[in-house]
Amino acid sequence: MRELPYIAAIEEAIRQEMDRDESVLLFGQNIATTENDPFLAAFGHDRVRVTPISETAEIGMAVGAALAGYRPVVELYMAEFMLVAMDQIVNEAPRFRYMSGGQVKVPVVLKAGYGFTAGWAGQHTGSIYGMFMGVPGLKIALPATAADAKGLMATAIRDDNPVVFFHHYLLTLAPGEVPEGEYLVPFGQASIVRPGSDVTIVATGWMVGRAVAAAERLAGEGVSAEVIDPRTLAPLDTDTIIESVSRTGHLVLVDQATRHASASAVIAAEVADAGFGYLKAPIRQVTALDTPVPYSKPMEEYVLPDEDKIVDAVRRVLSPVSVT
Amino acid sequence: MADTHGLGQDRLVWMFTQMLRIREFEERVKRSFEELPGLLRGHTHLADGAEASIVGSLTVLQPGDQILTTYRCHGYPIVLGTDPKAMMAEIFGKATGLCRGYGGSMHLTDPARGFLGTSGIVGQGIPQATGAAYAAQIARKNQVVLCFFGDGASKQGAFHESLNIASLWKLPIVYVMENNSYNVVTRVEQEDANAAAGEPLSVKARAYSMPGVTVDGGDPVAVYGEVAAAAARARAGNGPTLVESKVYRLSAHGNIIVPPGIPLHFPEHEAIAVFGDTEEYEAAKRGDPVPRFRARLIADGTLTAEGADAIAAEVRQEMQGAIDFGASSPFPEPADAVKFVYA
Repeated sequence: MRELPYIAAIEEAIRQEMDRDESVLLFGQNIATTENDPFLAAFGHDRVRVTPISETAEIGMAVGAALAGYRPVVELYMAEFMLVAMDQIVNEAPRFRYMSGGQVKVPVVLKAGYGFTAGWAGQHTGSIYGMFMGVPGLKIALPATAADAKGLMATAIRDDNPVVFFHHYLLTLAPGEVPEGEYLVPFGQASIVRPGSDVTIVATGWMVGRAVAAAERLAGEGVSAEVIDPRTLAPLDTDTIIESVSRTGHLVLVDQATRHASASAVIAAEVADAGFGYLKAPIRQVTALDTPVPYSKPMEEYVLPDEDKIVDAVRRVLSPVSVT
Repeated sequence: MADTHGLGQDRLVWMFTQMLRIREFEERVKRSFEELPGLLRGHTHLADGAEASIVGSLTVLQPGDQILTTYRCHGYPIVLGTDPKAMMAEIFGKATGLCRGYGGSMHLTDPARGFLGTSGIVGQGIPQATGAAYAAQIARKNQVVLCFFGDGASKQGAFHESLNIASLWKLPIVYVMENNSYNVVTRVEQEDANAAAGEPLSVKARAYSMPGVTVDGGDPVAVYGEVAAAAARARAGNGPTLVESKVYRLSAHGNIIVPPGIPLHFPEHEAIAVFGDTEEYEAAKRGDPVPRFRARLIADGTLTAEGADAIAAEVRQEMQGAIDFGASSPFPEPADAVKFVYA
């Protein structure tokens, strides 16, 4: 199968969906500023527009265009820019269908890069999906591979609900095998990235690759680690996670978000609630520390999860003394 | 009669009837706090005083046009043809409500009649209406969008961001700012630089290179004239207009905000309750747009006093029917609360 970089896979999905459905629009900041832009050349000014730096208007307009029958994709560049327009994302887009008693729908995709932990310091590096996870009416996609990036974007565009599509900046150029033509990855279906029998590691985004690397190292120690990527946080496939824990009896959660705003905290609570009887040891969470992300490299590395921290956590849950 | 902007006698009588329907509906909602205690919950905002502005604006609409409004949203759907029974049932939280009891007073929605929805957050419906206008522009069906909001909303970033894009993209939208001189209990001069400088709020349009006009929102024909001109400009591809419609709400901002246990009711208007300016309020009552338009139609022979009374009697009967329907309808099944979270 041919390989594509993660970001090219996302663009291919948008392009294919725009080809397929004339109601799909693409707008946002710093796109399509010349006639040479491939999206502009292919789909024209009606459907592809550059906007001012006005997140509230961009997202609010996407909501309005969606109410009027279109399917806008908003290019937001960095996830933190959504914080400027939280009302539209949290209190408008996901509420209109409900408040109207099901009369309207809001099919909007917010495309937002996150996790740019490469020296971008405190305001452009966050893994902020946790603050959107508890918003009823919103869906959240979080692809970790190029194939999932394409398949989840295509599904997001066809979904009749507002979807926040978080793509990881450190994965931008990561190549992967990507199916050509129509390719859809269903929401709410976790991927078992690496099967195993001793411990379940659930990881998201950039951390999926770190978790797989940790699992390979642990294999050398005779530990068989299963790695699961939920792929969407809303809906969240807790069934696959709990089924895995029922086989392994051990759970390590890996998340680049700060602990108290992480997806892992929610997954830990769900497993404790519905799968406690399967656990042979306490759940361990490997998350970012509850600090902003610092600029300087050694401090940045200190606050983030990495392969060593994952290996250490797995050893601890598998060690009888870890219970204390 | 003075200039009627081409509105014929039947249309003028229709406009008067719609004004009466809004007034009667709102008075019945207000009376329900005492007559049907416990049915009205949360926060309810009334459109009494703004009838001329609402009706004058919506008289411009053609099939396919769309509107988005604020949480003070009871007046618009009445004019669009939404059944007041379904509206009252919604406000009473009933299963037969326009939004099945999910939205209530602040979130009336009737997409079948072009009423796409209502944000309860000040100013946030403005970009949504602007997005609907973008949709209208590229659909090329000669539609316009009317975006209704208050003077307070023009201090939100959403207002400024939206007017900039609408003008830049020449979107087919008319921004109708209903300036009732109060942001809840704050007078417009206390929070608006233009007002403080003695200028109309419509000057804000200049910053976005679009026309801005101020109109007497107590005169439905004058409002119609300005909004019709703006809509024609929008349909011709020449972009948006800001219409400042000066209205005076005759009720307080909303019912009192109190913890459970204290019966809900409407306090006195802020002019009296907060600023002690009884004369301001009495002057507004003397200029009440509903009797004012009635007198005008009778004076120029469009309507007789008997004819006006007959319309009023019909309207009273219609709204009694809405009350009866709303009061007698069943509440939703509690477990229905989990429906409609996702499409």
